[in-house]
Amino acid sequence: MSSPPVGPRPSILKRIMPQLLILGVALALNVAVFPEFFQIDFRNGRLFGNLIDVLNRGAPVALLCIGMTLVIATKGIDLSVGAVMAIAGAVAAAMVVEGHGWGTAVLAALAAGGLCGLWNGFLVAVLRIQPIVATLVLMVAGRGVAQLVTEGKILTFDNPGLIHLGAGTVAGVPTPILIWLALAALVTFGVRKTALGMLIEAIGINERSSRLAGINSRVLLICVYLVSGLCAALAGVIVAADIKGADANNAGLWLELDAILAVVIGGNSLLGGRFSIIASLIGALIIQSVNSVILLSGLPPEFNLVIKALLILGILVIQSPRIGNFIYLLRASGPQPQPEPPHSTQEEAAR
Amino acid sequence: MIRSTHLPLLITLATFVLAYALCASAYPAMLSWRVIANLLTDNAFLGIAAVGMTFVILSGGIDLSIGSVIAFTGVFLAVILRDTSIHPLVAFALVLTLTTGFGAAMGATIHYLEMPPFIVTLAGMFLARGAAYVLSTESVPITHEFYDTLQGLYWKVDGARFRLIGGLMVLTFLVGIITAHRTRFGQNVYALGGGEQAAKLMGVPVARTTIGIYAVSGGLAGLSGIVFSLYTSAGYSLATVGVELDAIAAVVIGGTLLTGGYGFVAGTFFGILIMGLIQTYIVFDGTLSSWWTKIVIGGLLFAFILLQKGLTWAAQKRAAQARRRTATGSAALS
Amino acid sequence: MKDTPTHPMPVLHARGISKFFPGTIALDDVDLRLMPGEVHALLGENGAGKSTLIKCLTGAYRRDAGTLMLDGQDVAPGSTADSQLLGIGTVYQEVNLLPNLTVAENLYLGRQPMRRGFIARRRMNAQARDVLAGYGLDIDPAEPLTAYSVAIQQVVAIARAVEMSGKVLILDEPTASLDRDEVQLLFGVIRQVKARGLAVVFITHFLDQVFEISDRATVLRNGRVVGECLLRDVTQRDVVTMMLGRQLEAQVKTRDTGRPGKTLLDIKGLGKRGMIAPFSLTIREGEVVGLAGLLGSGRTETANLIFGAVPADHGQVLLRGREIGLRNPRDAVAHRFALCPEDRKIDGIVGDLSVRDNIILALQARQGWMRPIPRAKIEEIAQSYVRALDIRLASLDMPIRLLSGGNQQKALLARWLATNPDFLILDEPTRGIDVGAHAEIIALIEQLRADGMALLVASSELEELVAYSTRVIVLRDREQVSELTGDQITPDNIINAIATEDAA
Repeated sequence: MSSPPVGPRPSILKRIMPQLLILGVALALNVAVFPEFFQIDFRNGRLFGNLIDVLNRGAPVALLCIGMTLVIATKGIDLSVGAVMAIAGAVAAAMVVEGHGWGTAVLAALAAGGLCGLWNGFLVAVLRIQPIVATLVLMVAGRGVAQLVTEGKILTFDNPGLIHLGAGTVAGVPTPILIWLALAALVTFGVRKTALGMLIEAIGINERSSRLAGINSRVLLICVYLVSGLCAALAGVIVAADIKGADANNAGLWLELDAILAVVIGGNSLLGGRFSIIASLIGALIIQSVNSVILLSGLPPEFNLVIKALLILGILVIQSPRIGNFIYLLRASGPQPQPEPPHSTQEEAAR
Repeated sequence: MIRSTHLPLLITLATFVLAYALCASAYPAMLSWRVIANLLTDNAFLGIAAVGMTFVILSGGIDLSIGSVIAFTGVFLAVILRDTSIHPLVAFALVLTLTTGFGAAMGATIHYLEMPPFIVTLAGMFLARGAAYVLSTESVPITHEFYDTLQGLYWKVDGARFRLIGGLMVLTFLVGIITAHRTRFGQNVYALGGGEQAAKLMGVPVARTTIGIYAVSGGLAGLSGIVFSLYTSAGYSLATVGVELDAIAAVVIGGTLLTGGYGFVAGTFFGILIMGLIQTYIVFDGTLSSWWTKIVIGGLLFAFILLQKGLTWAAQKRAAQARRRTATGSAALS
Repeated sequence: MKDTPTHPMPVLHARGISKFFPGTIALDDVDLRLMPGEVHALLGENGAGKSTLIKCLTGAYRRDAGTLMLDGQDVAPGSTADSQLLGIGTVYQEVNLLPNLTVAENLYLGRQPMRRGFIARRRMNAQARDVLAGYGLDIDPAEPLTAYSVAIQQVVAIARAVEMSGKVLILDEPTASLDRDEVQLLFGVIRQVKARGLAVVFITHFLDQVFEISDRATVLRNGRVVGECLLRDVTQRDVVTMMLGRQLEAQVKTRDTGRPGKTLLDIKGLGKRGMIAPFSLTIREGEVVGLAGLLGSGRTETANLIFGAVPADHGQVLLRGREIGLRNPRDAVAHRFALCPEDRKIDGIVGDLSVRDNIILALQARQGWMRPIPRAKIEEIAQSYVRALDIRLASLDMPIRLLSGGNQQKALLARWLATNPDFLILDEPTRGIDVGAHAEIIALIEQLRADGMALLVASSELEELVAYSTRVIVLRDREQVSELTGDQITPDNIINAIATEDAA
């Protein structure tokens, strides 16, 4: 037998095409309700425009979904990121209030986030607790810890360095945009230019096999939660810097859900395995664009959640394995029999 | 008869007794009917919702929507009582039908589209909260003489007032316990939690049971919303945010395994009381800040998760040993 | 060999059952007659079509052709639940009961005795106790199922199937994870079920058990019935010949007498409590050590222990005279060990990753994530193994789960050969793969040995072990009981070693 045909590797473009299409539709809707949507002005040394707003407002979720993508690729989930944001914001604020420099404050916040990530990783990888349960602990207790740091107040600060991270610009571009783009690039290259990405996918698909193939799944799992904690910490610092204060009660509230949603809209399976950070980021932008449509269309903001819920349902229905099978059957309709999935056949038959 | 499977329940009970003893030794005033009555009244809505959550978790699922459904129910009642002349009892029936149907729809989505409960109920959470916003973003007060009548019902013991809603919670728990252990539906819930594939092979009606479970959870969230509206005399779309987390915490502290299959509705009752006790203690103390509640509950959650892990591990070890032993000890050869 | 039955009418009569899967005919015009009060063994090698036939009978699969008559009535069960109600109960190898329920709850799930609309628990427990007593079990049915051994769980599963269905009982490898006494317990129960007039289908790999308990056998090969016989009329050898389609004697052993090389591995008293008794073993380069024994005798456990998949709690391993620690598979891989596991799907393939990634997985894991293997190198490695092992695939990009069993196995072999191991452990390397790939893998084992690799091969297929082993270690009840070398290695000798104590 000759060597197998060498096809081109599945391109990234093909992978993210559905997400790009949805994003296109969302942006088109923005333009429909607000024709100047794409217009970008340069005033007072800063870029202004709705598109810039989408990129800027989307920064926290974009940051969260970078780590969340990796966690979900290992068949896990990190419910604690919102609470970790609150902790990190509180730590950063407390540091500058005590007179430390903004650099130290950011490092301290990252350390706090990293510690939270390690804790989650320890529970999941070493104690073998289900990820959804393990991260629930910090989700519940985390806000309490953040309030402990801020002593229940909204801790305001006026450190220009720290504020710059959330509200400043670099070369006219709002800093949060640069931060999430940079981190996304860093992590994407980090996992794709090394073997990390493949090893993470292997763990997510079949951890037993991966372990038997000599992969150090324990360390990798801990690392993935660590990255998620660090991303959350960065998001927390940006949010705190943006409002010039740490609000332990509301910072990052429910953002874990948005981040998970972004990952799911990005076509990454909650059951782990193949992942694409870029697709998740587009997912985050889709969420933000939808928020923008609602805002620009003048629809009462009350409808925001309803529309978001319907959007999730729509996307989920499209991605549902059942519908997938159905489409597959439609395409494959004809004489050829279905491939044999003994498991699912039995499941269906048993219904 | 006490069996090994009852151990988590016993530990929860012991935790409650111990916690109460500690509280009482620090503040003897906590050992009063009044505190107990308040414990029941203040946690009534959470307790009722937690009963539904217990069924969901026992089946191996999760329901993130209940906090939103409670808020929606409150707003719905407030708006409908403000804008129409419908009697509250009719409104109650209406809203219960609505929330039960909503839960059933989520269950059907989970089952027929084979989607994870986490994501489906997340969408449900957004939808219900959104619907509440759409009805009203303001807090709408409820003023109706029937409400006053209901709120005025209580049973007085030693100056402590056991109110209607507390009684309703206890009743819900009793019905929940009987449903879980004495009906086929309850047994099917446990069966699903033990393993969907095996349950299917053993003839459990998976579709009907799944839809039923989420319908129960939705319906109880609706009942909880009614109770919450009685408790606050208002409907507010921003209320009860994160109640699903408290309910999950109560279920876990009550000794139910989050992976499903093992646990007791009665455990959840004591989980609720333990959480309420922590809050009461912090109020009594006065110097402790409110955030300690969250931290202590998080710590308890962690302790119980570890405990469950340990118990599961021990059970596996026992099972492995049982495998090694020959069966002849307990079985007569024929 | 066909005998004309004198029985009046079969309880279940399947005629002309066919089932097609893409590219294969899983069942081709299969007939099966089950007589009341008879234990009917369904025999055949892996992939012969036994489980497909069972699935067609129980409605788990829809048959593509054929008729099914139950008590003379045409039936078409659409699901396993359907077939249960019709009277066909099934008990699988992996007990399909619920571990979180009590024995009684399992026994009565879905048909609990009710009183005034509620489950009458006391009555349910009492009834359960009575029913189980009828099978010789005196246990507390209110205890959780997992409080009892697998054998007792199997009996509970049988009791449930019999109570619910009551016409046909299908037992799919029920003895696979039972020890000898437990098998006897189960057989006692089967005899009782048989005495009640049910037709019992018994599937197993253990021929001794077949002859001990069964009255009649249908033998399948490659999806076709090769014969139905009354077991009292035939010998084990006859049955094996039917299953394999060839005489055992025809297997002429062409043993290469080339000397094995230096000692590679010296295992001293390695063991783990409750899993496998301490054993010692030396393995030399250019040697294939076969591990024989029944399922559950400790073959897989031995392989896992040496590979560090399960850490040992005593003993030591010397690699070329130096002691090494094997706490996990990573240690083993670092020392150039390799293990192709028994259960490909669970322990081997990473289903959704491409064939290419699966092939380089172990090599990449050993190199560490910091040093990714360059694209071109990956392509070269994958291509060369695809050619060398003749892995049939459409593209290296396709997920490995889409490959056939044999090709998956070859891809796993490629994964480990790519790490250039000194010591290769193969656990059931030919299980569930087609005949062609089977022969190729055996040839490959010979080849690797000739090239100086040390191999440890665990297999339940005796002829296969005889074909390639330089030495055979026989395990029984998680202990090494015998070592065969040279001309001693024959299927008969292995069977004798496995069975010595059983005969006593």
